[in-house]
Parts: sequence; C-alpha cells; structure tokens
Amino acid sequence: MEEISFASQLLQYTITGVTIGSVYAMVAIGFNIIYNVTEAINFAQGEFVVLGGLVMVFFRVALNLPVVVSLPLTILVVTAAGILLDRLAIRPIREPSVLAMVIATIGAAFFIKGAAMFIWGKNPFDLPPFSGRNPISFLGAVVQPQGLWVVAFLAVVVVLLTLFFDRTMMGKALRACAVNANASSLVGINVRHMILVSFAMSAAIGALGGIVITPISLMEYDRGAMLAVKGFSACVLGGMGSFSGAVLGGLMIGLIESLGAGLVSSGYKDVFALMLLLLVLFARPSGLLGSVEVNKIKKF
Amino acid sequence: MRTKCSIGRGAAFLVAAVLFAVFLVTPVMEVEAADPYKVGAVFSVTGRASFLGDPEKKTAVMLQEEINKKGGINGHPLELIVYDDEGDATKCALAVRKLITQDKVCAFIGPSLSGLSLAVLPEAEKHKIPMVSCAASYKIVTKDPETGEQWKWVFKTPQSDSMAVEAIYTHMKKNGISKIAVLSVTSGFGASGRSELLRLAPDFGMTILADEKYGPKDTDMTAQLTKIKGLAPQAIVNWSIGPTQVVVVRNWKELGMTKTPFYQSHGFGSRKNIELAAGAAEGVFCPLGACNIAEILPADAPQKKVTMEYLKAYKAKYNEGLSSFGGHAWDALSIVAKALEAVGPDKAKIRDYVETLTGFVGQHGVFNFSAKDHNGLTKEAFNMVVVKEGDWALAH
Repeated sequence: MEEISFASQLLQYTITGVTIGSVYAMVAIGFNIIYNVTEAINFAQGEFVVLGGLVMVFFRVALNLPVVVSLPLTILVVTAAGILLDRLAIRPIREPSVLAMVIATIGAAFFIKGAAMFIWGKNPFDLPPFSGRNPISFLGAVVQPQGLWVVAFLAVVVVLLTLFFDRTMMGKALRACAVNANASSLVGINVRHMILVSFAMSAAIGALGGIVITPISLMEYDRGAMLAVKGFSACVLGGMGSFSGAVLGGLMIGLIESLGAGLVSSGYKDVFALMLLLLVLFARPSGLLGSVEVNKIKKF
Repeated sequence: MRTKCSIGRGAAFLVAAVLFAVFLVTPVMEVEAADPYKVGAVFSVTGRASFLGDPEKKTAVMLQEEINKKGGINGHPLELIVYDDEGDATKCALAVRKLITQDKVCAFIGPSLSGLSLAVLPEAEKHKIPMVSCAASYKIVTKDPETGEQWKWVFKTPQSDSMAVEAIYTHMKKNGISKIAVLSVTSGFGASGRSELLRLAPDFGMTILADEKYGPKDTDMTAQLTKIKGLAPQAIVNWSIGPTQVVVVRNWKELGMTKTPFYQSHGFGSRKNIELAAGAAEGVFCPLGACNIAEILPADAPQKKVTMEYLKAYKAKYNEGLSSFGGHAWDALSIVAKALEAVGPDKAKIRDYVETLTGFVGQHGVFNFSAKDHNGLTKEAFNMVVVKEGDWALAH
C-alpha cells in the first residue's frame, strides 16, 4: 500500500487535466481554423486525430522509422487527406452554404472512419512514447514524459499559428476571409484557395494531436467522435473562432474532468464539464473569449 | 423443316443426358441415405460484435467438419445452418424464425450477444425448440430472478459475470485482502460486472473503499487511480473491455502503485492486451476459462485434452490465435451434438437430455446441468492467472 498526501493528489489531478486538456485544445484549434474561413464546423476533425495516430503507428512501428522522420511524414499524409477532403467533398458543392458544408464533413467523417477500420481493423494500436516510459516523480505526483511532449507541442502550435496569422501575407489573407469573404475576393484573395489552406492546416494540427496522444491512450478507428465532441465543447467554451479561447477552453475541460473525477465522482465527470459549458453559454453566449460583435455577423 | 429436326435431336440428347446423370448420381445418394441432422446457428459474424461472432462461426464450422469426417452422428451427417445477425436485434429475430419455420432445425446455438439472446428466447419458448446461447448474462437462462426458475427451452454455455467475481473474491480472501477499490467502464459490460462486484462483496467480507468509473473512450484514468491511491485499498479490481483496460494498467504502473495487487475481469483474457500494456501488465491477476490457457494447464487437469485439441485444430485450420469466444460455440455445438447422438433429432428429448447432462468436459468448464441451472458451471470454471514475463501463469 502506498500513501499519498492530499496536496500531491491535487497536483496529480492538475497534471492529468492539463495533459488531456492540451489534446482537446489541439482539436479545438483545428475546428477554429476552418470555422474562421468557412463559418462551418468540420465534423471530420476527430477523424484527423485518429488518422494522425494510426498513420504514425504505420510509419513508426510497421516501418520502424525514427520519430524525427515519421512525425513529419505522418503530418504530410494527413494534410494530404485534409486537402483531398476539401477538393472532393467541399469544393464540388455548387452553392456552398454552411449547412451543405457541415453535412459534407459529416459524410467525410463516416467515410474516413470506415476506411480506417478497413485498413487497420478494429483493434487498438500502441505507439512507443517519444522519450521512454519512466515516469518523472514531482512533489509526490508523477508526470508521464509523453505528457510533457503533449503540452510542448501545444505551445509550439500556438506560437507558430500566432506568428502565421499576424506576420505572414497568407495568414492575413485567411483572417480577411474570416471577416468577410465577399470583400476579400474583391481585393484579390482567392477564397477557395484559402478554404483549401484552412482544411490542410486543421488536418495537420489534428494529426499532431493524434501523434502525441497515441502513446498515452492507444488509438483505434472509432475514437474520433469522442475527441471531436470534447474538442468542440472546448471550442464553444472558449468562444468560436478564438485561438486563445480554444486553448483556455481545452485546458478548462481537461481540468474539470480530472478534478471532478478525483474530488467528486468519476461517474459524473463529463456532466461537470458540460454543465460548465451550459452555464458559460447562458451568461456569455459567445463563449469566454469570443467577441459578441463578431458573433452577430456570423451565420452559424 | 431443318429447324424442327434439330430441335428433335436436341431433345433426344437432353433426355439421354438426364438419364445418364440420374444413373451417375443414384449410387452417391444411396451412400448418404440417412437424413442429415439439422442444427441452426445465429452469430454476430460481422458488425459491432464481430469479435464474438467471427471466432464462434469459425469454430462451429470446424466442429461440424470434424464430426462429419468421422461419419456424422450415428451415421447421420450434421448439417449446420449459420446465419449472421450483424449484431442487430431485428435481423437476429428474423434469422431465428427462419431457422425454426423454414429450415426446420431441431435445435439452435447462439446468438453471440446477451441483448439479442434475451430478444429471441421467447421464440424458442413459443416453438418449443432447444436454444443454447453463447452470451454471458445470467438473465438469459433465468426466467424469474426471485425464485431462480429457469426458462424451459433455453441454455447457455459462457460463465456468468458473478462466477468471475466469485473467483476473484475467493483468490483475494485466500491472500488476506478485504479492503478493495472497484474501477469500471460505463458500458454494459462494466456496469454488469460492477453490480455483481458490489452485490457479492458482503458474502466474501469485502469492504469497497472506492467505486470509480470511466468512459469507454477515455484517454487516461490517472485521476481515478490517484483518488484510489489516497484511500489506500489492499487491491484494485477493474472491469472493462477494449483499450481502456490497457490504459488503466499503464496508469497503475506509472503512478507506482504496483504494490497494490491489480485484478482484471475475464475481458482481459487476450495476449494482445499484455503486449499493448508494454510491460505494465506484469503481476496483474485475471480469471480465465481453461480454453484461454490450454498450454499452461497441468497435464492432469480434466480439460487439458479438449482444450489442447481445440487449440491445435483451430490454429491449423485458420492460422490465427484462439479467442475464448470461439470456445463458447464449441461448448454449445458439442452439447447439442452429444444430445443428438443420445436421443436423435426429437426437440423435447434433446431438451430433456441437455437438462440432465452432467460431467460434460467443455472448453470453458465441466458442465453439470440441472432443472435449476441451465448454465451448468460454477466459479471453478475460472482459473486465476497472473501475468508473468509477458505471458499467463497459474496464480496460487
């Protein structure tokens, strides 16, 4: 029998919550990129995460490539899947209403899930962690090395995205599409091209989420829906379209789940997260960091 | 004129050909003069529960071939009619009705799932046809939980959850454990195991310090285990299937809780899970049917012979690992075949024979049926095993 102090327990819940929350945040960021450009919710976002995990297993375990090679390769493959999704399912829609796009992504989600089941089967797969399985002890709590990687990759994604949207021409063009697509095309921005870029970027970020979480939780073909629901909740909680909101929302949902499971009742942990979401939506319908003005002009 | 002539010639050829064919076929038919015994089977071969139905169908087909190769049952070939219910209650009900009314089978085995078995058992009762289910829930055979009265025509071969719980509690008691923590997944399998764990705890003098849950697609159970760690139980029992039962073992290892013994349900009974746990499953206890651990059974164990034969035959035919679920179909079809051998294809006689069948050595235990027990197994149908150096070993 082992002893553990209450303070160490609290610390352990926080560490666990931040790790899970970081993955939710990555899914939420993926939702936001596409939402900002198209105003549609991409219901295949969870499937990008699954693809990221399973393709990584193929490169890392089946072909035994080192992480530095298999990680970029996996992101490339899943990004290609994101581009294909746009070209094959989104672009052919003649009058791209938000609803039509949402329905197309739901169809794509089922297709990717079915294809993944066909290729990889129904069994879960394991991925060796990036730097060993020996947990690090820290003030009576333990940290999985992979957990640190998850948080580190989230930080890298946030920094890179901030630089991209603030400092590069393409990032600014994407933001312009988000504000007003018609006006953007008047000043010479190719909106369809921007939609393609947004799908490619969301797929890449989703893949990264899948790659970092698989060594912790294993990955199988039908995990996408659950991740998408959690990521979407994070997205709404933080405010649709806001990147800092996505990170805040993801971490908050992760923490509430973990603390709720540990301190109150593990059977109701999802209830706590969704209750908080409902309360926030009652008080601030645009989410914690969402802007009310922007929400008024959005269609969805 | 020409055409008429050629038609006439064609007809003559046809008559000759038919006569010739009849002469050819007749002697063959004489050899197989005995009517085949028809037995039905309904499994979830594809769909959500294909991990159950697929090995069940393969096993039943293999067993049928073996029986017919040996000359059938008392000279009658065994005809197995297998339908796939795809895990769908409607398709399952249709398949059972077809077996009864069109195929006119004398008994049927399956379905693979507890829910589907409960859905179709009224058909078996109504048409007075023996049904041997391959699903685990005790409700399938129990008509009245208060009195323990059994359905007249329904039997089942898998062990009930309560037997796994009894096997675990017996092992704990033997090792001086009385304060435990329960972890379960919020799916049907986890909920059923949890309720049995809570129900039987007082009978074995177990105090349950924590009763924690997690979702079937959760990514991490560190929070639940941390809470359990704070309560310092003497052992942890986990009831789940799928990836979560692997993740929870890994979390247990990472949190440095290996001094608290970890018990898994019989759902953990696949070597794939030990492999996926990447070393973390070392020392984990688990109750398993003999069919999972044929190789490590002592040579004098009653089930050693049947389980080894099944293991070898299955591997030789399908070139894949054995699943415990196939063993349930082996037991079900073998029991029906034994009844056919003893009493012939009379439905009522088959039912009466199975109800009084005792000492039948199957894959998952030695079956002793009675009017009060249409499952015929006890907790001895489970062996406690422990993970040792990446494989199962018998636990003491």
